[in-house]
This record gives sequence, C-alpha cells and structure tokens, in this order.
Amino acid sequence: MYNAVVNVTLKKSVLDPQGQTVLHALESLGFKDAKKVRVGKYFEVAIDAKDHKSAEDRIKAMCDQLLINPVIEEYTYDLKEAR
Amino acid sequence: MKATVVVFPGSNCDSDCFNVMKDVMKADVQYVWHKEASLPKCDLVILPGGFSYGDYLRTGAIARFSPVMKAVKDHADQGRLLIGICNGFQILLEAGLLPGAMLRNKTLSFICKHVWLRTDDTNNPFTNKFKKGQTILIPIAHGEGNYTCDDATLKGLQDQNQIVFRYSSEAGKTGEEFNPNGSRDDIAGILNQKRNVLGMMPHPERSSEQVLGGSDGKQIWESLLVSVKS
Repeated sequence: MYNAVVNVTLKKSVLDPQGQTVLHALESLGFKDAKKVRVGKYFEVAIDAKDHKSAEDRIKAMCDQLLINPVIEEYTYDLKEAR
Repeated sequence: MKATVVVFPGSNCDSDCFNVMKDVMKADVQYVWHKEASLPKCDLVILPGGFSYGDYLRTGAIARFSPVMKAVKDHADQGRLLIGICNGFQILLEAGLLPGAMLRNKTLSFICKHVWLRTDDTNNPFTNKFKKGQTILIPIAHGEGNYTCDDATLKGLQDQNQIVFRYSSEAGKTGEEFNPNGSRDDIAGILNQKRNVLGMMPHPERSSEQVLGGSDGKQIWESLLVSVKS
C-alpha cells in the first residue's frame, strides 16, 4: 500500500481571487510581511499498488483524469510506502 | 421541437427549463435522469442549472462522469443542439465539449441578480432572432462564473465568433464595472466550433415569461425553434 499526498494550486498564469482576498485579510490583520497567497487543494490517496513505479503511474492518471483540471490547475505529489 | 432536460442529482433549474419548453414554447419535452445511458431522439438537449453532486471537487466535475453524458456527447457530435445553462455550462467545460474553465467569482460571493448581456454573434442556432449588438436583461445566480482560458483559446473564440454573449451595460458598453464575476473578455456565453453547443452562465429559462419580471430570454428558445424548423 502506498500513500500519496497531492497538492493542487491554480496555475501561475491564472488569477487566484481567493488567494488575493486572503492576502488582503492578512494585510488588514497587520501581517504586512505577507506578500503573496495562493489557495489550493490537498488530497490524501491510499493506493493499492505492487511497487513505487506503478503507484506513481496510478496517482498521475488519477490527477490527470479527475483530481485536477489541467486548464486552470497544476499539482505536485509526494508518494510514500505505507508502514 | 422535441427537447430533453437532463436531471442530475442536485439540478435545481430542471423544472424551470421543462416549464418553459412545455408551457411557453409548446414543445414536446421530457426529463431524462442522469443514470440513463441513452437519450430519446430529440432536437435539443438542455443541461440545467443547479449544484450537481453538491459541486464537489469542482463545479461540474463529477456530473461529467454520469452515464448520460456519453449520449449527450453523441447527440452533440451528430450536430444536434445542446445548451448548458449555469451549472450546465460548467459541466460542458469539464466534459471538454466547450473550451476553458470556471474560477470563483472575483468577489468570491454568490451573485444573484439581473444583468445586461450584449449579443455579439447571431450567426448560430441560439441567437438567430437577435440583432447583433442587442442587449438583453437576464438573471445570473452563481458563485463560479468567472470564465477563464489561455490566450490561444481566447483568440480562437474571438476569431471564430464563438463568443455569443458578453456582460455589458444596457447600452452595450463593456467594462469591469459591468462584469459581475471577472470573466475573461466579459464572456457570459460561448459556442463550440461547430456552433451547435452553447454554454451560458445567465438563466434564460428564468426570464422567458413577463410574470417572472422579464421575457428577454425567450428569444433564445424562439431562435432554436427557427433553427429546428429550417
């Protein structure tokens, strides 16, 4: 069994209205050092796979087919064997 | 005209669409539940507004996998008419039947109000009864109508006159102050390349009878009637 952690954010080229609003809220709280906020999504997926390579193929396929919308989002993932 | 209204779990404008088809347009209309694998042979398929699957993951993202969607795609591939309104538009984007994607409204709030739209293309089955540049008053009700796409896609939409409706003033002026959700190029509704699929965020089915405060939306159904008859 493998555990995948997927982080999804809007592409750099896509304006993030949620992130901007959070940034403004941070500024109004006095966090003047906050300069940029991007809001994203987080998935934890447990994958039944025989080895690291096949788990990696599966999580990529899941991201590409459902978890993210490639028109506006991009993702990174971290994959570890479950203990 | 024979029309089909597809019902997803969470659709909430299906009855409005059905009512307009049946009682206003006197069309032969039926509902089809999203689990059906086929559609009755019809001229027009309507994907109604609502919150299919609770808007889980992304708006329209799960509805795309409903069994009926393959039949919807076949219907469109055969050149027959398909309109997606609000959540229906979001589903068409997720299904790849129209290009682009939706983001949260720039205000982050759900906006429910009447807005003016400028009709920028009339050379299609949905707006052939309109005058080019004509403005109409139609309600919107959405939290994610902030249409976006990459530069190449936008250029394609512009060059091939696929942008049917833009948010505008009553006089037809566009600008940030008239765009409720921040959509790219003030887009409110777009066509596919074959011009038989329209997605739009505003709700013509809520503005097809004067008793509901306006009937500007009725012209879309009347245009479709012309297209189907010809």
